[in-house]
Amino acid sequence: MEVVSSNRATLSNYEVLKHLQKIKDSKKKHKGQLATITYETIRYLENTPCKDQTSENIQQCLKELAPFNLNKTEKLMIINSPPTTALEIQLMIEESEERLTEEQVGQVLEIVMKYFPHVVKEKPEENDAEETE
Amino acid sequence: MFILSEMKNVTRIPPELFGLKLNDAIAGELNKKLANKVVLNVGLCIALYDILTLQESFIFPGDGASHTPVTFRYIVFRPFIEEILIGKIRSSSQEGVHVTLGFFDDILIPPSALQHPSKFNETEQAWVWEYDTGDGSKHDLFMDAGESIRFRVTAEMFNETCPAAPGNMQESQENIDNKVPYSLTGSINEPGLGLLSWWDN
Repeated sequence: MEVVSSNRATLSNYEVLKHLQKIKDSKKKHKGQLATITYETIRYLENTPCKDQTSENIQQCLKELAPFNLNKTEKLMIINSPPTTALEIQLMIEESEERLTEEQVGQVLEIVMKYFPHVVKEKPEENDAEETE
Repeated sequence: MFILSEMKNVTRIPPELFGLKLNDAIAGELNKKLANKVVLNVGLCIALYDILTLQESFIFPGDGASHTPVTFRYIVFRPFIEEILIGKIRSSSQEGVHVTLGFFDDILIPPSALQHPSKFNETEQAWVWEYDTGDGSKHDLFMDAGESIRFRVTAEMFNETCPAAPGNMQESQENIDNKVPYSLTGSINEPGLGLLSWWDN
């Protein structure tokens, strides 16, 4: 076996979940390692926000995030684990204080909130404070 | 967190699978070979994504199986350095906090990468962040097993695990068991990282 290119493309959690579900739902019986790893991976991904995402709202969200000059990995993290606080944005985006103004951070949060509102619903105790603000 | 890797392989299809469509037979063989395995310097293989090209199959004298050169793309778990991931604490020890993602267990957050100052509590077998409340007293934040934790990936390590040489099978079997083919190192010493419950409000 030969590896042609170890990193041909990056996948979002959503794409992986959809693909694995397709494998699981296909009529063929899978056994052994494939069954184990798909089961475990699906179980992990189903506990992440990607289970409520759709390809349309991911695309729309990326379009709206385009003006902020984020790089690919930063956008990927925003999609995989949509941030709900400015603190999370600070973690995901390198030197965010210099690259984004406070206002822009607010805008990014609003965009995320608009396309992935279920992030808030999923962890209500975590976001109550922000909602009432 | 997940990537697509392109690989090439000459896949052997044994005669009992000739009843299947060639594509299905090859997909099955590739998944049997790679699923849930670590490929050196690539990552943990999850499942076949798609087959890109199939070349003419051939047979060898004395073997009833067909061999098909195939290029394909595989879904691989390989978080990039600096990526933020969320996992669950599996256990704690003097070496640090062991984190699991469910399908991948070999993640360690060493003591030097925990929130400062942290101490290991021997009776509870858990790390404790002695959070300074600002008025001179401190608040103990325990990192119990099973809690969700957000961490940054800071390093990755691949280890070659060779098959054992015949003869000293038993010995080398033990060596292999101790060797982890792919492990990640994490850190939580930044605001916002650590147990999700720490940063609720």
